[in-house]
Order: sequence, then C-alpha cells, then structure tokens
Amino acid sequence: MNGAPEMIETLVRDLRPVRRLAPPFVRATLWLLFVIALALAAGFTLGQPVALWHRLASPAFVVEFAATWLTGVSAAFAAFQLSVPDRSRNWAFVPMAPLAVWLTASGSQCWRALSAGGGWGQGAEPSCFIFVAGAGAPITLSLLLALRRAAPLEPVRTALLGALGAAALCAAALQFFHPFDVTFLDLGFHAAAVALLAGLAALLARTTRTRRG
Amino acid sequence: MTQGPDRAGAAPKSGAASSMEAVPPSPQDGSFESLMVRVQDGDARAYKRLLESVVPLLRSLSLRALRHPHDVEDAVQDILLTLHRVRHTYEPGRPFLPWLIAISRRRIIDRQRQAGRERRREAAFAAEAETFRSPAANNPVVFDDSDLMAAMVNLTPTERRAIELLKLRELSLKEASALSGVSATALKVAVHRAMRRLRGLLGGQS
Repeated sequence: MNGAPEMIETLVRDLRPVRRLAPPFVRATLWLLFVIALALAAGFTLGQPVALWHRLASPAFVVEFAATWLTGVSAAFAAFQLSVPDRSRNWAFVPMAPLAVWLTASGSQCWRALSAGGGWGQGAEPSCFIFVAGAGAPITLSLLLALRRAAPLEPVRTALLGALGAAALCAAALQFFHPFDVTFLDLGFHAAAVALLAGLAALLARTTRTRRG
Repeated sequence: MTQGPDRAGAAPKSGAASSMEAVPPSPQDGSFESLMVRVQDGDARAYKRLLESVVPLLRSLSLRALRHPHDVEDAVQDILLTLHRVRHTYEPGRPFLPWLIAISRRRIIDRQRQAGRERRREAAFAAEAETFRSPAANNPVVFDDSDLMAAMVNLTPTERRAIELLKLRELSLKEASALSGVSATALKVAVHRAMRRLRGLLGGQS
C-alpha cells in the first residue's frame, strides 16, 4: 500500500517545466488553414476551377460540396478536441451530421445519374481512389503528428476522426479535378479510400499506444 | 465552437466520477488550478502538494470501480503516471478536477479490463492440492521469523544493520551506505560475516 507515496517522490524528483499545449481550437484552426491552403493552391493551379465554378450552379452539388468541406473541418476539430483529456467525448458525433448529408447528397446524385441512363460507373476512375488515398495519407500523417504531442486518452477514436477529416478534405479538393457528377462506383472508391486511411490511422495509433505501454 | 458540447462534457456524469460531489478535496493552500499552473512551470513543492491532495480522491474513485486493494493501488499509480505524462495538456483557466477525473476514468477502465483478463486467465494457486513423494515435504512449513529475530541478537550492531538494510529491505549497497553512513565495502564485509553466522545459528533447522 506504500506505492503511491513512493511514486509521488519519484514523480516530484522527475518534474521538469513543460511547454503548455495550445487550446485544441487554436491547434485545429492552424492545421486546417495549412491543409485548406494547400488543397486550394493545388486545386486552382493543377485542377479545373472553371468547370467546378459551372457545377456550383446546381444547388444539389453545392449541398454536397459544402457537406464534404464541413465533414473534413468538423472531423479535424473533433480529433483535436478529443486529443486532450477534459473535452467532451461527444465531439466524436459532431462530424456525423455533415457526413450523413455528404453521403446522402452523393448517393442521390448517383441515383439521378443512374436514372438518367448513366451506368453504375460511367466516368468513374480508380484515379479518384488513388487521389483520396494518396493525398489523404500524408495529410492524415501530419494530423496524427500534430495530435501526438497531445497524448489522447483514446488514440484509436481520435485517429479515426483524424483520418475521416483528412479523407473528407481530400474528397472536397478532388472536386477541382473531377468535373462530373459522382457515380456509385465513385462513391465506392471514396468509401474504400476513407476506410483504408481510417484503418491505417487506427492501426498506427494502436501500435503507438502499445509501445508506450 | 469550443463552448458547445465541450462545456457539457466538463461535468462528470456517471459512476466513478459522481463521487466528486461527495468528497470535495482541497489542497492545503492555493487552488488546484494555481498549483497545476506552477507544476507546469516546474515547481516541485507545488507538485508534491498537488499529488498528495489528490491521492485520496483517486483512491476513492478507484475503490468504487475495482474490488481488489492491489488493483486500486495500481490504478492510483497509473493515474499519477498519466497525469505526469500529460501534464502539458492542462489548459490554465479551465477547472482542474474535470481534467483529472477524465484521466482517472480512462485509467480505471483500463485497469478493470486488465483485472478482468487476469481473472479469466489465472486461477488462485491451491497449495493443498500439491503432494510430494517425500512425506516430510508434504508437511506445511510456515516460515517462522522469530528464530531469525532471535539469531540476529547474536550479531554485532553493524552486522545487524547491514542485514536489515541489504537483505530485509533489499536496498542497494549504495543506498544502504548512504542511509547508514557506513562505507559500501564495510557493509559488504559485515553482511557476509552476518550471513555466515546466521547460517551457522539457523543451519540445523532448514
């Protein structure tokens, strides 16, 4: 029963000043500014911004586009909030609403394309998958690095949210390069890319936690 | 955005955390928040005071969720270690206890899971089921330290001190030397002689 006093002595001896972590809101904003600036820069220089501008005339597309951005931003905010101990775990549910809107809007667009005589996968290319997974991986990694210093109590849930955020932001940026409506096959590619990123992030978080003991 | 679910989650709701209302701990001087800010700046005295003030709370939180005393003690130590590791995540200006309780709840759940796993995997050792070929070996022998204590009277004070520090308290030579003021070499010689004499005195019984 004498463990705690001895441990206190040891911890007190080991005490060093620490650099305080900035509030999660500030850290999330900084990270998002960096990623969104990168996505917009790539979209405007390498993508087809004019085609995107024309598609924005359709209200259904505007809803989908906005929901994609919102999913990315809210998932990133949620991940940063969960990375410190005393924030509500309910933050994990915040991105679910825009995610539902995003999936519904994409799904209904697919349905319309299918009803209009388009095939299940017309215009769909594996390049979408490669784009979301390829661009999402370094972004997820940068987010996990940013979250690492915070030492989240639930690393797996935090990493899953982070990966969802990164993948959604990439899917939003993809609209610059993907000037046509999504099909079911596209949606499948998106889902696979998000699942792949989320799985890798969770695996990474679990490994890190095991190593830390 | 930080004000929404964030504030709602700051108040502990269930199980272990609800004991907070019942036992509001208070440090001897200064609030937890001001102590924690000093801890982040490296103030060891503030740290000692803070940790000593929260241990009873951590123990009562753990007691509500864990049955075995050693699990409770392990959970308290886990929480203290985590607090130490993540002390940079405390945000000055926010209440300290919700931060601490969030850490505690997580560590207590981890400990519950580990205890559950251990119970499923391990069974208590049943000594009575064990029988040996030699009849003498089947007699239960309980170590009786009264013989050892009686034999220790025959040692010189230095030898007795050496046995006490190095063998009974299992300190290192360096620690024992610092504590007794006797050099490490002298302690080594004393413990060697004492062991030889004790072996002689107790040898017939073992």
